[in-house]
Amino acid sequence: MKSLEELRAIRERMQRQIDLREQSDEDIRVVVGMATCGIAAGARPVLSAFLEEVSKRGLQHVAVTQTGCIGVCRLEPIAEVYVPGEEKVTYVKLTPEKVPRIVAEHLVNHSPVVEYTIGAAE
Amino acid sequence: MKELSLHLLDIAQNSLAAGARHVALGVEEADGEITLTVADDGRGMSPELLARVTDPFTTTRTTRKVGMGLPLLRLAAEQTGGTLAVESREGVGTTVTAVFHAGHIDCPPLGDLAATVALLAQGLSGETELTYMHKGPQGAFTFDTAQVRAILGPEVPLSLPEVAQWMEGYVAEGEAGLRPEAPPERGTRLDTVREGTT
Repeated sequence: MKSLEELRAIRERMQRQIDLREQSDEDIRVVVGMATCGIAAGARPVLSAFLEEVSKRGLQHVAVTQTGCIGVCRLEPIAEVYVPGEEKVTYVKLTPEKVPRIVAEHLVNHSPVVEYTIGAAE
Repeated sequence: MKELSLHLLDIAQNSLAAGARHVALGVEEADGEITLTVADDGRGMSPELLARVTDPFTTTRTTRKVGMGLPLLRLAAEQTGGTLAVESREGVGTTVTAVFHAGHIDCPPLGDLAATVALLAQGLSGETELTYMHKGPQGAFTFDTAQVRAILGPEVPLSLPEVAQWMEGYVAEGEAGLRPEAPPERGTRLDTVREGTT
């Protein structure tokens, strides 16, 4: 059962981690398109998969956020990855199954998964 | 949209984009109907915009000239013999109410309401709160991000993946409590055949 005690435990754990690390503009950002086009194409499970994978790996310097229509509706679900100091990478036609590889190879090892990018799709 | 919960997610995103400080999601199952409600205190709409808001070529965004969320919801509701109503006042807020006839063959399933609620909460700004109420045949379940924030305190945001996962699990368990319990398993089909032949 999910309890409020469990939520309090998350607070304690997160407060310790927040105390340990500097809040920084150097965080990696994953931005998932959550407009009508994205939602209809399957963005909700993709966003859930990013949250699950980032949580599972305990990646403290990764922020997963949402945005509206990214502008290429036919390629949804889309996620943009911003790594400080590197070029933005746009992943298209995502599925939850593709997410663990993006997290492992791009967010952790800084090596974009080229075959999932908009450059490979277009 | 394959699920009603995806419509709910989509329409609520409009509320957040309209600068709402409070968004109230409602799901009610009664008398063979499913009623979805999204009510916000966002900027609202002018009477002119409200009059054509379910036209797919009406949108407030500037990047393109189509807005499909409300037209798709209206189509989905009307396909089941249901209705869509949008009430709005500039500076006050907007309420979207969609009624579906649950027994109609074209009525989509409710779907993963927990994922919808958790992801909306995960994407909230610090100034916005979300409440959710699902009234089902077995009772009601409510969820309020203000209560979650009261426990988390100001330093731990709803956007953290661990918090989002907790919220999804919490709402999923609340949703499960609204469903009648599944009948106990009676063994495999093979067992049944054996029982009948011995």
